[in-house]
Amino acid sequence: MRIPMILTVRLLAMAVMAMAFVPQAMAQDGGPLRIVIGSGVIEPLPLAIPNFVDEGGAGDYAREISRVIAADLTGTGLFREIPAEAHISQISSFDQPVAYQDWKAINAQGLVVGAVTVAGDRITVKFRIFDIFSGEQLGEGLQFAGSTGGWRRMAHKVADAAYSRITGEGGYFDSRVVFVSESGPKAQRDKRLAVMDYDGANVQYLTDSGSIVLAPRFSPAGDQILFTSYQSGFPAIYIMDARTLETRSLGEQPGTMTFAPRFAPNGQTVVFSLEQGGNTDLYTVDVGSGQLNQLTNAPSIETAPSYSPDGSQIVFESDRSGGPQLYIMSAGGGEPQRISAGQGKYGTPVWSPRGDLIAFTKQNAGRFHIGVMRTDGSEERLLTTSFLDEGPTWAPNGRVIMFTRESPGAEGSASLWSVDISGRNIRQVPTDGPASDPAWSPLLP
Amino acid sequence: MTLMPKILLIVAALGLAACNNPDRYGAGGAGGAGGDGLGGSGIDTMGLGDPNDPASIAYFNQTVGDKVLFEVDQSNLTDTARGILAGQAQWLQANPGYAIIIEGHADEQGTREYNLALGARRASSVQNFLIAQGIPASRMRTISYGKERPIEVCSVEACYAQNRRAVTVLSAGAGA
Repeated sequence: MRIPMILTVRLLAMAVMAMAFVPQAMAQDGGPLRIVIGSGVIEPLPLAIPNFVDEGGAGDYAREISRVIAADLTGTGLFREIPAEAHISQISSFDQPVAYQDWKAINAQGLVVGAVTVAGDRITVKFRIFDIFSGEQLGEGLQFAGSTGGWRRMAHKVADAAYSRITGEGGYFDSRVVFVSESGPKAQRDKRLAVMDYDGANVQYLTDSGSIVLAPRFSPAGDQILFTSYQSGFPAIYIMDARTLETRSLGEQPGTMTFAPRFAPNGQTVVFSLEQGGNTDLYTVDVGSGQLNQLTNAPSIETAPSYSPDGSQIVFESDRSGGPQLYIMSAGGGEPQRISAGQGKYGTPVWSPRGDLIAFTKQNAGRFHIGVMRTDGSEERLLTTSFLDEGPTWAPNGRVIMFTRESPGAEGSASLWSVDISGRNIRQVPTDGPASDPAWSPLLP
Repeated sequence: MTLMPKILLIVAALGLAACNNPDRYGAGGAGGAGGDGLGGSGIDTMGLGDPNDPASIAYFNQTVGDKVLFEVDQSNLTDTARGILAGQAQWLQANPGYAIIIEGHADEQGTREYNLALGARRASSVQNFLIAQGIPASRMRTISYGKERPIEVCSVEACYAQNRRAVTVLSAGAGA
């Protein structure tokens, strides 16, 4: 007997609440096509993603698009793809009836069917998602049209729709990551800003390597990039238009060092660290007017600030108690509350876009970790461990974290990694060369 | 709307014109030379002089000592560091024609942001000591490199100890 869909959703919602955020995936064997991130276990859910149908002029695009969709979905660790050789039913037309029995026979729980048309430099991609065991379509079919240059984005959008419909969470595949591309020896690293798709494709370099650049951050709309550069000779904050690459300094005060900038959710205010006479405090600057506002005034180091998604609070790192720990204060300043309580040093806190968790870097007993904790500091969980992991950034849906991992020694180098909030699905992000300081964009429009 | 930042930029540019670009690691100065460093606009060429000449930069770097080291996460000066810095102050008094950049550095055992702030603290400790010894603040500027420019590249304490440092870098002409 099949449980009605609405009831299922209610039951699952209750399960999510009951399980708190124990971040595990549950694939219901033989049940409706649903994964609840944050419930039971276990096995990646089997999907069939046959190559999309060429409906005219599509050539390699039809196959390549379905491969990108498969890579997106299996890359989450929540799904596995049933290889094409195992398929009984062949998809030769976008509108052909789905042979549910054939897909059931190979234990596919979901099926993604699509078609591609190319005319000149215009490409059209359409798709449908089917719940095999329920014997019905999952959500309505959708169609995307645009220039052929954007084919990977269309594939990511299909994968986002599939991910979103099956998990009930927002997607994150159609997104970009700004980062620092590294080269050269360890004592003299060349660094330049670069931006790429979340999966490492379509790399674009934004600066040359003439000056050290550090820790870029996207604006909430993804149209601007904040970063720290030594281009004036001293570390200072710059703001770049992501499209024109036009760059100007922001909040620079002669005789000071400014760094660790991050946008407020309003896209208009930037919080950052300003060092003067050896002491580092937190300030904000208005992007339009340049108006400065001092938020902290303490002899300790205050740095790595990050806003809550509603803009009302700021989490940051301070060594006011001795070693670096995490604190939360009102966005206007005021008395901060310490939230980190465990052994070791805590740094680079980043508020999840969902508002529920704070990701951080932890240094303890000679190892580095990326971890998450609730906003009151409870339920700390370490997701990674290595010689040097640091600088988490959240995927737009708050379910995946990307970070920098550096290997030790003279030949050591930096690379980008991602981990889901269960800590089980750790993967290296492919980049052309060494890379550090990733920052995820919002989901693209 | 954009008037204020432009003014800040101009002020910053003027400020820079008045002192040498301290980034001896970068390829270019404010002019933004490319990566090859061949004739890059921001590069000052200066003889270090005969290390046997007590008024030479080479003598300062090697004999007086241009570098002091710090304990883990610390920015207070050790007795050894104070001794070296007292020698630096004496030399700088005797050789007033040099401008001074104090670089603060950290080892790789820390986050990028924290290490930048820590490097600034270390540079400031040195600057304050030199000011107390009578060196005018107007001759000095500080800069932090955090963990971006280690001098030793192994990942054990022997190297970390050398990287937790503040370096007094001299440049000719300005500041006297």
